[in-house]
Amino acid sequence: MIAKSWSVKDLENWDAKIRDKVEEFGLSCFPQEFEVCDHEQMLGYMAYHGMPGHYPHWSYGKSFEKLKTLYSYGVSGLPYEMVINSNPALAYLMQDNSLCLQVLTIAHVYGHNDFFKNNFTFRDTHPELTIARAKLRADRVRNYIEDSSIGLNQVEQTLDAAHALAMQCRRHTAIRKLSREEQKAQALENAKPPTDPFERIHKPKAHETPDLHRIPLEPEEDILLFIAENNPYMSEWQRDLLHIVHEETQYFIPQIETKIMNEGWASYWHHRIMNSIDLPEDLYIEFLVHHNQVIRPHPGSINPYHLGFKVWQDILRRHSDIPPGEGPEADIAPPFDDSGLKKLFEVRETDRDVSFLRRFLTMELMRELDLFEYEKEDDKLVVSQVSDDENWENVKATLLKNVGMGTTPVIRITDADYMNNRVLYMTHEHDGRDLQMEYLEKTLGFVYQLWGRQVLMMTVINDKQVLFSYDSDGLSQFKK
Amino acid sequence: MSNAIFRPYSESDSLRSDRSAGDRLRHRQKVREAIRENIADIVAEESIIGKSRDRIIKVPIRGIREYRFIYGENAPGVGSGNGDTQPGQVVGDAGDEGNAPGQAGDQPGMDYYETEITMEELVDIMFEDLELPALEQKKLREIPVEAERKRKGFRRVGIRAHLDKKRTAIARIKRKVATRPAEEEPEAEGQQPPQRRFPFHRDDLQYRRLVRDIRPQSNGVVICIMDTSGSMDTMKKYLARSFFFLLYQFVRTRYSNVEVVFVAHDTRAHEVSEEEFFTKGESGGTMISSGYHKALEIIQERYHPSLWNIYAFHCSDGDNWPHDNRPALAAAEELCEICNLFGYGEIKPLNSGIYGDSLLELFDQLSASNFHALLIENKEDIWPSFKRFLSRERATELMEGGG
Repeated sequence: MIAKSWSVKDLENWDAKIRDKVEEFGLSCFPQEFEVCDHEQMLGYMAYHGMPGHYPHWSYGKSFEKLKTLYSYGVSGLPYEMVINSNPALAYLMQDNSLCLQVLTIAHVYGHNDFFKNNFTFRDTHPELTIARAKLRADRVRNYIEDSSIGLNQVEQTLDAAHALAMQCRRHTAIRKLSREEQKAQALENAKPPTDPFERIHKPKAHETPDLHRIPLEPEEDILLFIAENNPYMSEWQRDLLHIVHEETQYFIPQIETKIMNEGWASYWHHRIMNSIDLPEDLYIEFLVHHNQVIRPHPGSINPYHLGFKVWQDILRRHSDIPPGEGPEADIAPPFDDSGLKKLFEVRETDRDVSFLRRFLTMELMRELDLFEYEKEDDKLVVSQVSDDENWENVKATLLKNVGMGTTPVIRITDADYMNNRVLYMTHEHDGRDLQMEYLEKTLGFVYQLWGRQVLMMTVINDKQVLFSYDSDGLSQFKK
Repeated sequence: MSNAIFRPYSESDSLRSDRSAGDRLRHRQKVREAIRENIADIVAEESIIGKSRDRIIKVPIRGIREYRFIYGENAPGVGSGNGDTQPGQVVGDAGDEGNAPGQAGDQPGMDYYETEITMEELVDIMFEDLELPALEQKKLREIPVEAERKRKGFRRVGIRAHLDKKRTAIARIKRKVATRPAEEEPEAEGQQPPQRRFPFHRDDLQYRRLVRDIRPQSNGVVICIMDTSGSMDTMKKYLARSFFFLLYQFVRTRYSNVEVVFVAHDTRAHEVSEEEFFTKGESGGTMISSGYHKALEIIQERYHPSLWNIYAFHCSDGDNWPHDNRPALAAAEELCEICNLFGYGEIKPLNSGIYGDSLLELFDQLSASNFHALLIENKEDIWPSFKRFLSRERATELMEGGG
């Protein structure tokens, strides 16, 4: 990189201009903090999900090495920015970037900041506690490692298992989870016979009492929490580790669930802000280069920046009162009382990727983006369907399955005392996609390790129901 | 809205905050463990001898993947195209997924299955696994390197050619200062003291001292002897090669200067290159003694036991002409006397049918403590066999230490 062409003073000046626009456009942000760091630090933040304090685990070392290898071989660049959902929002700027990139990044960061503050999925993430909580978790884990009766190896074993199951949790964090008492009440309510205005003449139906001792009453998605609460033979520190991992996953789920919206939103706003702050020509041209770099399509896969940006622009265009004009300026700067803009703000609050794409990704846009579905055939990825008249809905359905938590299979614990023998019975909600066998085996091993007793799992492989069992002899299979 | 806070870059923070160091170390340890678990496979598959220690080899790693429930083969994905994508078009390789940048942490992604290590590291790991505590302690043979001398200090006598002029001059000046009469010192300014001659004295002379250079020179030679008769097929050669590789790498860790000799024999023996050794097929019968005699001859000519640590190993499938057994045994005894370690490996792959002959019984008669005969049936045997083979040397060391 060339010698640093900017000072912190420059950044502050541009930041002031950007913030004026942010307010003018009606974005509502947390206070913002920026930290300037070098690329090693950036890699470090990336490996630890951006957290300034994070508990240690070898997988983060692996992640760091991998990122660094990719970076030093030039396979991937570093992100210009990294921002975490906290209050005040914390973002990292790379020391080596040019002034233009820094200004672009600052504008982009305010987009994320606004999204974190306003999107419904982030309601319960307690951003004001983000950093403190992460540090607290790190301290707890370090204490267990330093405790001579526990030690690194045991902590690592438990964390390995917990990480394997971390994503197996409730994905709709905005819906409140019922307590056991509430679940009981609900079960009794559901078991009541419906009120019958003709009960005198109808033969009374046999009343079935629900089994209120069943554990869990409702199929349970939070596998780590469930094991922590229902395995009586687990030590306190193990339970705590499971809670730590669960808590961290809960914090990240909203970000996973809104990746496309969030990146699209930030890209839309950096684009609009950068076009309104009277950049000098040389910076403006550099900005256009970087902008196009960020939102370019990645042939063969989905670039969330690209897809998100396109959908937001499309929403704006379709909901505007004024007919779309000619040229790029028309997209960039509609008036602020425009209904299209109102729609944008409404959607950024009420949707996540799945609903966002389901509602707003039209056939026309899919064609424009040339979205297609591919399948594995031998060693190749082969296009199976394209967004033509017959198939665009199928392609869209596949896309919806592959965004956010859709890439994680839904697995529920249905019985923790199967055959009255404390066997853990889990069910995979099969949606047409089979589980990968090697990963299934190893992960079931981790469930067995944590549960301490036989684990069963019902799934579908090649259109046949299969019941897998994992116990001290490893994996076996019951055919049905 | 309040002003944003900018925290400028601070280099000292950056230096202090190598936060991932501990986790990286732990990860590398896990990689090493994974390699160690698979070492038998790696050794059996690597093509080997005489390769540079800096050579990088790719090692498949199982066990440091992060498992979780993921979808398998029949999970389609969606991508964007260039505008004219058609069904049936190939858009990529199935292994490439999950490498999209900037997704760390929120996608299951694919783990990398291979890591790269240098031969050096691999060898280190191999011998860590051997757990040979005595390995480092063995004394290297002290071999005077003839006709080489090195400087060591200075002395007052010597031949003129070794005179160190600078030191001699300094010694003279020292003596001059030391012998100056005390009253001369407060000389009036401006007055030049009369120049007095102060010649060199014999005591000033400093000669460089040269000593004969006796340094622990460690030479090792690995003599690979292999039966290349018609009955040795590719599989057998492959097993043999793996074993030779280990032996070579082992000897390399112990001696600074290591050479390898390849002796191929059927009824007659030849010294050959590595490539010929493993690829060239010969035909005809087998006379093991020919190989041993050739080895003895080479040792006699180039690797005298007083200068070289000799490791000889012979791989064969056990087929020998019966009338050759006695000479072979005699030659083997001779080899045992001059070698640090001499081994015989009988290679009989499990699926290769039953051969009537085995030389293992014959070699039972050989009582030398540094001889070891072993049976290799498949590639999983190689590593344990090799460990056993080396344990022989350990036993010899102990005896030497005791004696």
